[in-house]
Amino acid sequence: MTESRQFATFLLNNLFFGVEVLKVQEVIRYQQMTRVPIAPPMIRGLINLRGQIITAIDLRRRFEFPDRPGDRLPMNVVIRTDDGAVSLLVDEIGDVLEVEKDGYEAVPETLTGVGRDLIRGVYKLPDRLLLILDTERAVSLPNGFNRPASLN
Amino acid sequence: MDEILKEFLIESYENLDRLDRDLVTLEKEPHDKDTLASVFRTIHTLKGSSGFLGLTQLEAVAHVGENLLSKMRDGQLVINPEIASALLATVDAVRGMLSDVEATGQIADRDNSDLIATLVRLNDTPLAGKGPGTKSRTEEHSAVSPQSKAAAEDRAPAGSPEQVAEQRKTTESPSGTAPLPTAAPAPTERAKSVPEPAKNPASAAEPSEARNHSASESSIRVDVGLLDKLMNLVGELVLARNQVLQFTSQSTDSAFTATSQRLNLITTELQGSVMKTRMQPIGNIWGKLPRVVRDLSASCGKEVRLEMEGQETELDKTIIEAIKDPLTHIVRNSVDHGIESPEIREQRGKPTEGCLKMRAYHEGGQVNIEISDDGGGVDVERVKQKAVLRGLITNEQAARMSDHEALHIIFMPGFSTAETITNVSGRGVGMDVVKTNIEKIGGTVDLQSQLGQGATLKIKIPLTLAIIPALIVTSGGDRFAIPQVSLLELVRLESGNSKNLIECIHGTPVYRLRGQLLPLVCLNRELKLTGEQGPGKSPFDGEIVSIVVLQADGHPFGLVVDEINDTEEIVVKPLGKQLKGVACFAGATIMGDGRVALILDVIGLAQGASVVTELRERSSLLENTSQPKKVRDNRQTLLLFSVSEGSRMAIPLSMVARLEEFPLSSIEHSGGQQVVRYRGQILPLVHVSDYLPNNGAPEAAIQDPLPVVVYTEQGRSIGLVVGRINDIVSETITVKRHSFGNGILGSVVIQGAVTDLLDVQAVIRAADPSFYPAKLSPSIAA
Repeated sequence: MTESRQFATFLLNNLFFGVEVLKVQEVIRYQQMTRVPIAPPMIRGLINLRGQIITAIDLRRRFEFPDRPGDRLPMNVVIRTDDGAVSLLVDEIGDVLEVEKDGYEAVPETLTGVGRDLIRGVYKLPDRLLLILDTERAVSLPNGFNRPASLN
Repeated sequence: MDEILKEFLIESYENLDRLDRDLVTLEKEPHDKDTLASVFRTIHTLKGSSGFLGLTQLEAVAHVGENLLSKMRDGQLVINPEIASALLATVDAVRGMLSDVEATGQIADRDNSDLIATLVRLNDTPLAGKGPGTKSRTEEHSAVSPQSKAAAEDRAPAGSPEQVAEQRKTTESPSGTAPLPTAAPAPTERAKSVPEPAKNPASAAEPSEARNHSASESSIRVDVGLLDKLMNLVGELVLARNQVLQFTSQSTDSAFTATSQRLNLITTELQGSVMKTRMQPIGNIWGKLPRVVRDLSASCGKEVRLEMEGQETELDKTIIEAIKDPLTHIVRNSVDHGIESPEIREQRGKPTEGCLKMRAYHEGGQVNIEISDDGGGVDVERVKQKAVLRGLITNEQAARMSDHEALHIIFMPGFSTAETITNVSGRGVGMDVVKTNIEKIGGTVDLQSQLGQGATLKIKIPLTLAIIPALIVTSGGDRFAIPQVSLLELVRLESGNSKNLIECIHGTPVYRLRGQLLPLVCLNRELKLTGEQGPGKSPFDGEIVSIVVLQADGHPFGLVVDEINDTEEIVVKPLGKQLKGVACFAGATIMGDGRVALILDVIGLAQGASVVTELRERSSLLENTSQPKKVRDNRQTLLLFSVSEGSRMAIPLSMVARLEEFPLSSIEHSGGQQVVRYRGQILPLVHVSDYLPNNGAPEAAIQDPLPVVVYTEQGRSIGLVVGRINDIVSETITVKRHSFGNGILGSVVIQGAVTDLLDVQAVIRAADPSFYPAKLSPSIAA
């Protein structure tokens, strides 16, 4: 399934996620953001990344998890997409892991909802599961999200 | 590829582009010595270089071309359309050979003998150009010379022979006298390396210096990749600068603070300058069009004059590249389909020479390009018929379509109205490609046409990456940029009386701006920002209300913001696809401090607040009832002043352009009248008291500085000197006593005291009968 077996990992709501390392442009500390009024809630703001303006998407909100406690600042995982760089806001950054291809399994059918849309598959690590994020879908607005203003 | 050969190719492509332009100019102005000399030099350089590199075929063609030109230079020949065509054909042949060299390292077997023969024949008919044909040509040229001159002056010289020589010298020395490279290097590498710079001739060349090619001396050629890298580095620098500034705020070392302030300024300036390096005037790609128009109109047997306006409009390089081909397509289309042949034009009572106008300008945060012709326009019915015939739409669809919708059929793939397929157009590809290409860069295309009058194609390109002046405002604690193009004026209501000035129509706030109702849109409310004022609190409760008067689709509205900061030049950056659905924002920009600010899309905002539709109804209502505001609206904002001691006079504030005070020392005399220099003009002063009946009251003491009410009508201003300016009031006035003919329109009661309404026009007419043009404007509303 996946060609690359190196994953940049991060924690989100105590779940262990991985993104193909080649898709990751860089990982940076929390940056000051400019909020975008009346935008979909998952968009937390815009970041100035060395002269480039990058949309920051809160993965917690994308996954419909509760917001992180106010005192915890998110980290930015800047990933490359077809539409330019996008920053994913996550809780904590983990190591880059090299995983065995054999350990891969598709998500079980019992997984439904947003999780099914965004998680491509699972690597079984000795002590935990590594969830592989579908980055293209993660940076897209959820289905039927055409009228962002109506949600506000 | 061989360095020398590469240099030669880049140089030659640039020179050829200039040759195209110069030759077209020369054809219009055969006696333009400078242009002729420039053409000659270019061909000569080309001949020399190609001989040096062993490109004998190229040399041969250039040689005969040079011979012909040298005769022209010596005055033995005068350019005529035949010679011009032959020379342009030479340019094309050379271009063909160069592309051979670029692709394979050598010239493919081309047969140039016809061309050479033509050139030789033309060369051998001395004084051929002195015939009667040329004479009429010359006369014709003098008729059109202002335009062609203007066009020529706006063309950027791409490089000069000096520069060519210079560069050849430098490349020559290290590699010795290397002849034509025999071993052809890998073609892929060549294809990548050479055409890139060749396509962007002298990107920094200023279009102002016309015929002396000195611009090349002050400009150099830079790889675009390098510019991109510079841009990124500057971005990094800005971040580092921001961090330094943060340390500065904690530091007490004044030397360090001063240094970092300096760093701050320099970085900001550097950032701005680097961004600007990517901007190019649109004139750079328009330069090719005169040749296109010339060739095409000649082959169609039409007479077309090309007018250009706004060549200096700057666009980002990537956009310039993207619109190059679509523009050429459109121009070809206009000449081929739009403009009629001279005979038909004569029948229709138009001048035989058709006119193709190109205009570029910034508007509404977008770059607009208009291409209009005064040709036959688009026959909507024929378009429908054709579309049905070609199976693009059904008969029912055609019947239902509005004219404007039908015009857009032209942009459908596979559509063509041309009866016959020419080598120019009629194959049914073209306009759909134009549309796709423009839309690819986020632009829109619109066509307006009047049958028999001509057609106008409007292209709107988003200002992505364009640098625009913008007004920075703060609302809800965030900064927003408003493109200056949609800005009309700023209004600031002070000291608590804002509540009275802002009225509500069924909950919708409006403000009377010089007697006209201006609908107000509250930015905080529109963007659901919760700023300093809590929810539920009216934004108009504050001490100060700042209104930014904007224009959306020609309709003004007031945007209420918390604070108006400053104007700045901003670089527009696109928003990610996740934010495309939010119509209120046109993009984002990075402010001087490195933070991101959103750019408001005025049209989107107005639509979101339903300003546009509401206003449309309102203005149509206004059109239906003639002279509406005088009858309906008695509430006026008036300027109160006194002329003599104890007198009270008023004029509607809407008649006041400005209030000024001039020190007595600045008053000069001209033609027996008092004048002052004012904003680069001479402002005549009129003492109002001289034109009013003297009612015995003592004259007010002359004030210094002198209070003056500036009145402007149709670009002309006059200064009304009054005794004292007292107040500005907003009152419902009813004229209590009419009196005419003595400079007073009537009397009203304002603030419980009788006040005279000054008849401004009567006073001005008495003082300067020539101030008003023959047709008098309507008198004061009262």
